[in-house]
Amino acid sequence: MLKVDQLSVSYGGIKAVQGISFEVPEGKIVTLIGANGAGKSTTLRTISGLVKPGGGNISFLGEDITGKDSAQIVKRGVTLVPEGRRVFPNLTVYENIRIGAYLRKDDWTKDVDWVYSLFPRLKERSWQTAGTLSGGEQQMLAVARALISRPKLIMMDEPSLGLAPLVIKDIFEIIKEIRNQGVTVLLIEQNANMALKIADIGYVLETGHITLSGTGQELLANPEVKEAYLGK
Amino acid sequence: MLTLVQQLINGLTLGCLFGLVAIGYTMVYGILLLINFAHCDIFMMSMYFAFYSISVFYLPWYVSLVLAILGTALLGVLLERVAYRPLRTAPRTSVLISAVGSSYLLENLGIVLFGAVAKSFPTVDYLQEMVTIAGLRIQRLAFFVIITMIVLVGALLYIVNKTKVGIAMRAVSRDFETSKLMGVNINLTISITFAIGSGLAAVGGFMWGLRYPQITPLVGAMPGLKCFIAAVIGGIGSIKGAIMGGLILGVMEIMIVYLFPSASGYRDVFAFIALILILCIKPTGLFGEELSDKA
Ligand SMILES: Nc1ncnc2c1ncn2[C@@H]1O[C@H](COP(=O)(O)OP(=O)(O)O)[C@@H](O)[C@H]1O
Ligand SMILES: [Mg+2]
Repeated sequence: MLKVDQLSVSYGGIKAVQGISFEVPEGKIVTLIGANGAGKSTTLRTISGLVKPGGGNISFLGEDITGKDSAQIVKRGVTLVPEGRRVFPNLTVYENIRIGAYLRKDDWTKDVDWVYSLFPRLKERSWQTAGTLSGGEQQMLAVARALISRPKLIMMDEPSLGLAPLVIKDIFEIIKEIRNQGVTVLLIEQNANMALKIADIGYVLETGHITLSGTGQELLANPEVKEAYLGK
Repeated sequence: MLTLVQQLINGLTLGCLFGLVAIGYTMVYGILLLINFAHCDIFMMSMYFAFYSISVFYLPWYVSLVLAILGTALLGVLLERVAYRPLRTAPRTSVLISAVGSSYLLENLGIVLFGAVAKSFPTVDYLQEMVTIAGLRIQRLAFFVIITMIVLVGALLYIVNKTKVGIAMRAVSRDFETSKLMGVNINLTISITFAIGSGLAAVGGFMWGLRYPQITPLVGAMPGLKCFIAAVIGGIGSIKGAIMGGLILGVMEIMIVYLFPSASGYRDVFAFIALILILCIKPTGLFGEELSDKA
């Protein structure tokens, strides 16, 4: 579904991503794991059109989307839940969801019930400003805001960051649920253990290169991965 | 007692005019974190638009008002396009300098195009007629200003709070990048903000011209400064604050001059005193949120 080929990205001469290739098949959860600074966020931000690539290709459903701007990417059905959630704190929960539907020309309001059914907590807080939500609720809102655009592929950048273990468990349950409902997921995590457990396919990213790949189970069992990312 | 009420209405009228112009400062600050120094010159230009439309092309005043609003909105959009948009990612100081430069440019352009000699803003008999209500003799303009203000502010608050464009404005004002991720058209949203702010300044400019009918290319400076102060007093970034700040300044100015006629020579000073007081007591202004740097 998504094909990244020899993608490289630099920030003013500093190479953050150096020729990585990976694929995300439809209907799967794919995870990219790697340490802080490995280039995970940069990869997602480039796919989303926030950063222009230095080289390589990105294609989605057979169509070249390299270097297209963010609105074009969203229109094609790829959406990003950014690192640190980035909900609009001055907007209400409902308004945050509404802005997620900004590009939709059809009736998006019926999908509000759908996202609220995934996150009942948000429904109760519909008229609260997002800045007053807890971290976990903000993460749910960030996911809901992405889902309302009706993406084919949802990319999530470290959804577990800074959340309590119980909340993380909820979030990962939701990620599986989203995949089960037919939305493909590209998940980025430092929390490798959790990510690999739910992932169909995983890639390991180290300082701008992909060093390992396999199914989630294979990587979980891999001694190098255990050593470097699972703390065993 | 009657004169007191009359003066109060007079103050509210002036306050509405301040408020209309202050909204432009506050909206642009809200979305770009920029003090749009050229806003007072946009206001000045709007008066000339109305002047030419009425005095040279002999159009009816209401047609002229609409034309002035449209022309001024366009000018505001153009200003953002050429002076601010190219500096979108530049440091804030650069944009500020560009704003100051644009202000001088518009003033001098005004001198070249319209001449430095004062022109007399046309009279509009209908608006300037005195009407008597419950013993009060008041210019019809006062009612027109107050009603217009209520209608426009109602419409504006509706747009900002209930429509897609308004939600996009508030989103962009917080976080450009995430707004982009949602597919929000940032340039369009900012253009609309400038159009609205400038259009409202044109309404203020038209009525300002009727009140103080001598117009020069520098006529925007003092009212512009006061309206900026109004926006700061109300809490820059807040639309309600701009309106409240405008009303407070307007009523205060008229009432002080009324109660202490000997102080009338200092009428322009009161706004600054109010500004200093507010900044000492509540630096974020009456309705201001905690100022935070945009992510
Ligand atoms: N805006 C930026 N400007 C310059 N360098 C950046 C920027 N964003 C990230 N980097 C650098 O790029 C590298 C990869 O960062 P990032 O993609 O955020 O990694 P990760 O998400 O895996 O932690 C890091 O060395 C980081 O310092
Ligand atoms: Mg990151």
